[in-house]
Amino acid sequence: MATASRSVPGPAAFQRRGRVRPGDAILYFVTLLAALTAVVLLALIAREVLADAWPAMKAYGLGFLTATDWDPNKKLFGAGTFIFGTAVTSLGALLLAAPISIAIALFMTELAPGWIRAIIGPLVEMLAAVPSVVLGLWGILVLGPFIVSTLGPAIHGSLGWIPIFGTEPNVGSSMFAAILILTIMMVPIISSICRELFLGVPQELKEGALALGATRWEVVRGVVFPYARAGIAAALILGLGRGLGEAIAVTQVIGNNVAMPTSLFEPGDTLASRIASQYQGADYAIQVSSLVYLAVILLVFSLAVNVLAQIIVRRVAGRHRVS
Amino acid sequence: MSAQPSTADLFKAERIGRRRLVNRLVELAATAAALLAVAVLAIVVASVAKRGAGAINLDFLTKPPALNTGFGEPQPSGIADALIGTAIIVGLATLMALPIGVLAAIYLNEFAPRRLSAVLTLALDVLNGVPAIVIGIFVFVFLVSGHGQAGWKGAFALGILMLPMVARATQEVLALVPNSLREASLALGAAKWRTTLSVVLPQTVGGIVTGATLAVARVAGETAPLLFTSSLISNEIDTNPKDALASIPMFIFTSAEQADPTLHEQAWGAALVLIGFVLVTSLLARAFAARSRQRLAGER
Amino acid sequence: MDYAKNIDVQDRPEQQMPEQDDSRSGLPGPLDPSMLAVKPPAATTAREPVFSIESLTAYYGDSAAIRDVNFEIYKRMVTAIIGPSGCGKSTFIRCLNRMNDVIPGFRTEGRILYHDVDLQAKNIDPVAVRRRIGMVFQRPNPFPKSIFENVAYGPRILGLKKNLSDRVENALRQAALWDEVKDRLKKSALSLSGGQQQRLCIARCLAIEPEVILMDEPASALDPIATTRIEDLMHELKRDYTIVVVTHNMQQAARVADMTAFFSITQGEEGQRSGVLVEYDDTNTIFTQPKEQRTEDYVTGRFG
Repeated sequence: MATASRSVPGPAAFQRRGRVRPGDAILYFVTLLAALTAVVLLALIAREVLADAWPAMKAYGLGFLTATDWDPNKKLFGAGTFIFGTAVTSLGALLLAAPISIAIALFMTELAPGWIRAIIGPLVEMLAAVPSVVLGLWGILVLGPFIVSTLGPAIHGSLGWIPIFGTEPNVGSSMFAAILILTIMMVPIISSICRELFLGVPQELKEGALALGATRWEVVRGVVFPYARAGIAAALILGLGRGLGEAIAVTQVIGNNVAMPTSLFEPGDTLASRIASQYQGADYAIQVSSLVYLAVILLVFSLAVNVLAQIIVRRVAGRHRVS
Repeated sequence: MSAQPSTADLFKAERIGRRRLVNRLVELAATAAALLAVAVLAIVVASVAKRGAGAINLDFLTKPPALNTGFGEPQPSGIADALIGTAIIVGLATLMALPIGVLAAIYLNEFAPRRLSAVLTLALDVLNGVPAIVIGIFVFVFLVSGHGQAGWKGAFALGILMLPMVARATQEVLALVPNSLREASLALGAAKWRTTLSVVLPQTVGGIVTGATLAVARVAGETAPLLFTSSLISNEIDTNPKDALASIPMFIFTSAEQADPTLHEQAWGAALVLIGFVLVTSLLARAFAARSRQRLAGER
Repeated sequence: MDYAKNIDVQDRPEQQMPEQDDSRSGLPGPLDPSMLAVKPPAATTAREPVFSIESLTAYYGDSAAIRDVNFEIYKRMVTAIIGPSGCGKSTFIRCLNRMNDVIPGFRTEGRILYHDVDLQAKNIDPVAVRRRIGMVFQRPNPFPKSIFENVAYGPRILGLKKNLSDRVENALRQAALWDEVKDRLKKSALSLSGGQQQRLCIARCLAIEPEVILMDEPASALDPIATTRIEDLMHELKRDYTIVVVTHNMQQAARVADMTAFFSITQGEEGQRSGVLVEYDDTNTIFTQPKEQRTEDYVTGRFG
């Protein structure tokens, strides 16, 4: 008689020893800690930066935001010029980058046949991969001289009556150069997001418009743009965030001038750029603290912009999932 | 059959001439924009290639910057210290960011309740948007102030930049692993930790490698985080991460500021090396990703 | 407008030439002046071709979806295209308004004459074609805009901004939707039921006053009651418009169509499958005395 050499396990074998398997618990906690790192880092960043900026914040208060001096010897510091410069360069670059990026996204999704798309798509993305220091190098040694020799005089000559183009474009380092460089950096980001958006418009909606006898552009204007409206806003805001935070390329081409520029062809400075330009060290502790104060202001701006973009992105994703 | 009537005769549609014109103009504008972007890329890359090619030779790649004081024979000058420094700093950054990023993604995808996952993912996205210069200042304040610069501190700053990239990439590939795989493993009596590590994770290795490679390519060119953490350097080749180390981006940055044309030429050369590395790595990573996506789709 | 409801096939009188009404809102009517109404005696079947399809073959890449199709579609009638799935019905109907242009790799041989103009000639602009030959799709696809804006989209593009609300109301009335939506024109079109959305799409199409309305399985995504309303609508609309409808539902074809075209699949020498026109005749004939065996097999349910 063949008896099974293995006996049937009794009920005790199925009972769990303790409530949770140790392996599961270890993996759970290790990964939880890793996941919390982002939150911890954000809190740390906020705290440390605020702490080191505190002496300057106490000394200069909110007037710091409008003061336009930066004199280490007189211990007079202010962020006014830099906030102005940040706003002008970022918004100016966005003004240029937005139509170009949307046009590129339209080209890639509505116009170009497959093989052109396959070539141009990666090329535009490669533009995003160029490190900012290399773009800045190119800006100093190639774009700057070009602005002085050709582009600047052309614009100043024809549009010089507009105040922002009012001064002679004598120097290669200027707000104008910074705007051009920032535009180059923003375009790949905005256009790749817009490309995804336009691809996501349901084909049946577009066919419905086509069947009514609309031209390609009328389909885009009447159906694609309204459908993708919120996403385009998010893309623009994310692009703006990129421009706000760019330090290296900007500091290389903007001229690092503390005085408030009166035209785009004059040198200026932005928050990120001023911080970067002081890397060789400060003589006074209050200068360092003021520098960190600049970082606080920049952090607040970019967090606001970033969180706004993330909210819009999440709302868009939610709405399209529901409908 | 008489001569074919033209569209104008048959379909006297309203304003169609003007509408067609507008359509054409928009098409031209869109094409022009795309060509403009490609042209700019071509100009930048061509500038770097043309001006930098001349600087690249064996000495350039194997020797550190020489102290040419103007007396005696000018010594060959190179970027060896910067190359080695970048390799060490980026390597350390990857060592710091990769495990944490992967583990974080595992938690978010495999363990976390939906609400918590949404909040933590938002935190990662917000961290991703913090400007690199602010991260540099943070590490300066947190680690360097009062203690001095060091290569590993620069690596720490770069690691903070890499973390959200790696975590996002890992999250995406984890989500691609079909649930049926997890269920099959669990049904065989394997515990969750074993399922995750031996069944789910191996499926994602390709995606993680791609994500990490793209993050490395991104971060190798970052200057801002290193400005305050690893920028005071000597002229010799240093491999000790406790010292401030040279790096390619810093080299380009400082050389560009000088008025010396030989330094400019070296800056172009270093830029060519950097751009070459970044572009080639990015292209390889994306090609690898496309191929593994095709393979996954074919297997299903 | 008065709508007499003709539902049963048997009850319908023989085709008669309804009065030409070309006084619609200043839009150009059909070209040939000889088409203007001379009302024939009631008993004559006057069939006036709108489309003349000659040896039409349509390819996606290298494979032919439909092959050598020849027939005529007549004015102010409902023509149904029936057949098993995959026989190229949708491909065919989309040729009539050049909608297949959006598909890369698509090409045709043969001609589609619309009032003696070859629609596929090089100098014909698809945008203009679609202005005269409208389409309603299988799944309702209203724009994510208000009901009013959906119907107003077409006229706006054409620059017909005067009397826009009259136009919209007219189109909604013709689509038998006005009474249901007149109080909520500003509400989103997506708040309507499936059947209402489809009627909205029909109204949207009618607002630009086409001559022909193509319908690609317009009721297949709808419940039976909504389906009946669409079929009633087809009866009413054919007084003013030429309607071509693709349907996989034979009974629907029997209910609504004056003429029926039966497509089926054949296998070529190398085994490639394409759709061909098997038989085209009065609906009555197709369903009661078909001339082809394949037709009889299909309508009696023996296959397909």
